[in-house]
Amino acid sequence: MSNKDSNNPKHMSRRNFLKSSGIAIGGAVLGGAAMSGLWLGKKPAQQQHPAEQKAADYNQALMFFNQEQFFITEAAVERIFPKDELGPGAKEIGVAIYIDHQLAGPWGINAKDYMMGPFFKGEATQGSQTQLRRADIFTLGLKGLKDYSQKKYSKSFQDLAENEQDDVLKVFEKGEEFSLPGISTKTFFNLLYSLTLEGLYSDPLYGGNKDMMGWELKKYPGNQMSYLDLIEKDGFIHMKPKSLRDHLNH
Amino acid sequence: MANQLPKVPVVIVGMGWAGGIIAAELTKAGVKVVGLERGKGRDTGDYYMSHDELRYSFRHEMMQDLSKETVTFRNNEKMRALPMRSYGSFIIGDGLGGSGSHWNGQNYRFLPYDFQIRSKTIERYGAKKIPEGMTIQDWGITYDELEPYFDKYEKMAGISGDPEQNPMVGKRSNPFPTPPMKKTPVMKMFEEAARKLGYHPYTIPSANLSEQYKNPDGIERAACQYCAFCDRYGCEYGAKADPVVTVIPVAQQTGNLEIRTFSNVTKILHDGVKASGVVYVNTLTGEEFEQPADVVILASYVFNNVRLLLHSKLGKPYDPSSGTGVVGRNYAYQVQSAKAVGFFDDKEFNLYMGAGALGSIFDDFNGDNFDHSNLNFIHGGGIRITQTGQRPIASNTVPKDTPKWGKAFKQASIKYANSTLVVGTQGSNMPWKHHYLDLDPTYKDAYGVPLIRLTYDFEDQDKQMAKFLGEKAGEVLKAMNPTKMEVNNTVNAYDIVPYQSTHNTGGVVMGADPATSAVNTYSQMWDAENVFVVGASSFPHNSGYNPTGTVGALAYRAAEGILKYIKQGGSLV
Repeated sequence: MSNKDSNNPKHMSRRNFLKSSGIAIGGAVLGGAAMSGLWLGKKPAQQQHPAEQKAADYNQALMFFNQEQFFITEAAVERIFPKDELGPGAKEIGVAIYIDHQLAGPWGINAKDYMMGPFFKGEATQGSQTQLRRADIFTLGLKGLKDYSQKKYSKSFQDLAENEQDDVLKVFEKGEEFSLPGISTKTFFNLLYSLTLEGLYSDPLYGGNKDMMGWELKKYPGNQMSYLDLIEKDGFIHMKPKSLRDHLNH
Repeated sequence: MANQLPKVPVVIVGMGWAGGIIAAELTKAGVKVVGLERGKGRDTGDYYMSHDELRYSFRHEMMQDLSKETVTFRNNEKMRALPMRSYGSFIIGDGLGGSGSHWNGQNYRFLPYDFQIRSKTIERYGAKKIPEGMTIQDWGITYDELEPYFDKYEKMAGISGDPEQNPMVGKRSNPFPTPPMKKTPVMKMFEEAARKLGYHPYTIPSANLSEQYKNPDGIERAACQYCAFCDRYGCEYGAKADPVVTVIPVAQQTGNLEIRTFSNVTKILHDGVKASGVVYVNTLTGEEFEQPADVVILASYVFNNVRLLLHSKLGKPYDPSSGTGVVGRNYAYQVQSAKAVGFFDDKEFNLYMGAGALGSIFDDFNGDNFDHSNLNFIHGGGIRITQTGQRPIASNTVPKDTPKWGKAFKQASIKYANSTLVVGTQGSNMPWKHHYLDLDPTYKDAYGVPLIRLTYDFEDQDKQMAKFLGEKAGEVLKAMNPTKMEVNNTVNAYDIVPYQSTHNTGGVVMGADPATSAVNTYSQMWDAENVFVVGASSFPHNSGYNPTGTVGALAYRAAEGILKYIKQGGSLV
């Protein structure tokens, strides 16, 4: 963040915060941020860009989807969270880029899930028992949106009218009318839905929540250092949000 | 062939709260200890990027990697148990500090009633009050006997709480070591409403630390910053009491503790009477080691304490058909689904601020603090409001009649983002003959050890209690004047998918009778005098509170017992 805020307790840099908060007490067994010396007195990890110069966002590229998959995803998430009089929708907030990046990573291949067999269809109370990875479910789901739209409207999903797109998504949400190989459309829809919320509101480092627009919609201040002096106050305090990027620049 | 290591006096399996407390007490007394931790090492320096809801809350950064190990689950014996393939109902800690690194810091003592639940219930209502199949039992220790250990644990952690004695809970020998957390407008609203109804609200006792504090071990920690990233997150300030910033450094300073991380214990070695050590695998290299020891302490999470005993064939496994045997018996959980949700059209609160243990609670309907004569359940739960920090991915509560997605959802989720208050309940959970843990016959972990199998469901007791607590929560919320409100107090079958609570208990329960308990009140196994099994696995039932405070007290008592055992041997009771 810029230095002009540094005297305002709400916008303290981590370094000033720790200097003035009395955390840096001696003693080898003291836990806490002050003791590691990881960043105290260190140079910023990168130079700040001058604010007026908006650099190209090199993150806006695809690591998993092809173009068509990306556009179908963009259209679908925009219906889940559309642009309206309150502000931008999921498309503008970068949710499709977020989803692309997630599906390309360890989460997309269920790297930390138990994927050993045997696989049996369980009761609803036992949770998902599919062998399919999230990336596969999503790919199948997108193909399902494409095929279903062609069959019903003779058009691509992304070319349908908004109310038609909503109808298709409702069919997928219900999971009764149309099926995907080895998985219900409902499973895909739920994945699409949870990914949309994540893409709207996760830290911008993941490619969604572009320029913290998602956070701004909810008046969420992102990650601040401390609310110690504000926590007891009456009345809502609307702060300018901060992202994790600020934690590398001290 | 396992690499043979030289014998050590004490080996501890798992370096969370129980393992850390015991390591500190033993090493301070001059005993050499090896602490085996299957996860990685950690310190506060690892948490500079921890204000990351996606990474920590949704991708479970600090949790056990389920690809290597999970649990299997079924509601009853007629079902085939299947693995919990991704996280749902509860999360399982991993790494140095264990669950003590990612907890919220809400810290209570179980009630005097809890420790004598069976005799107190019979005394007040008669034996008929306890339904067929409900296996509640006295713990073999009273609240008064455990009080000094609670006191010791709270001083170590610097628990912050109200200075005056709360009339609804057990008597304290000393006030809380630090003053209560700050009070937010939301907490004040709740307390005012609860008082108006004649209840006794108080500030949730907190391990987040209300002010800078130096504990009796000389550990100094900074105060909580109310940054709103506690549960599932590590505390970058070291304010939240965590084994890594309290007991573990104390043990390390003595020079008597050797911690080995990435060391996953797969077996306890024993001859049926005493243990001789443990076998563990280095999870990075795959190498296997045999660590002989005079005393073996199991201090891992509930599931692995039970799993290690069963897999090592130590102690009598529980048999649900006859109700005999002890290892795996009395698994319990919690009932947290009853709540009242209020939408305030004309008010906005700073819900994005908070601390893990920030909130207010009343216990007028917890334990046996109220008359159950005309109710068809026993025990109850705490009714509370918390301000743990609402984060935007997780918090999208909208009124029930709102569509799940689309423009109407968007507008309602934004409108109520800072205007939704929840009066929640934390319902206790009783053990039953047919709820238990055993080894899964089919599924194994990455090291070839069978997974633990969980056979569990909600019973009528839980449904009636939740209905009652939900109604009470609704009355309090109503007195807070929301524009719209909803009461959720219906409990269906236990479902492992939605997150509910990481307060799993039982399986190696304590008691005075070896027929119904696996350990005595020092957490010492009846069947192997040099094995101590410590943690919430020793709870014979689960109360209407977060369990850590009681785990901490039992760990201090176990440490005392272990030191006594090292001196004199034999059974401690």
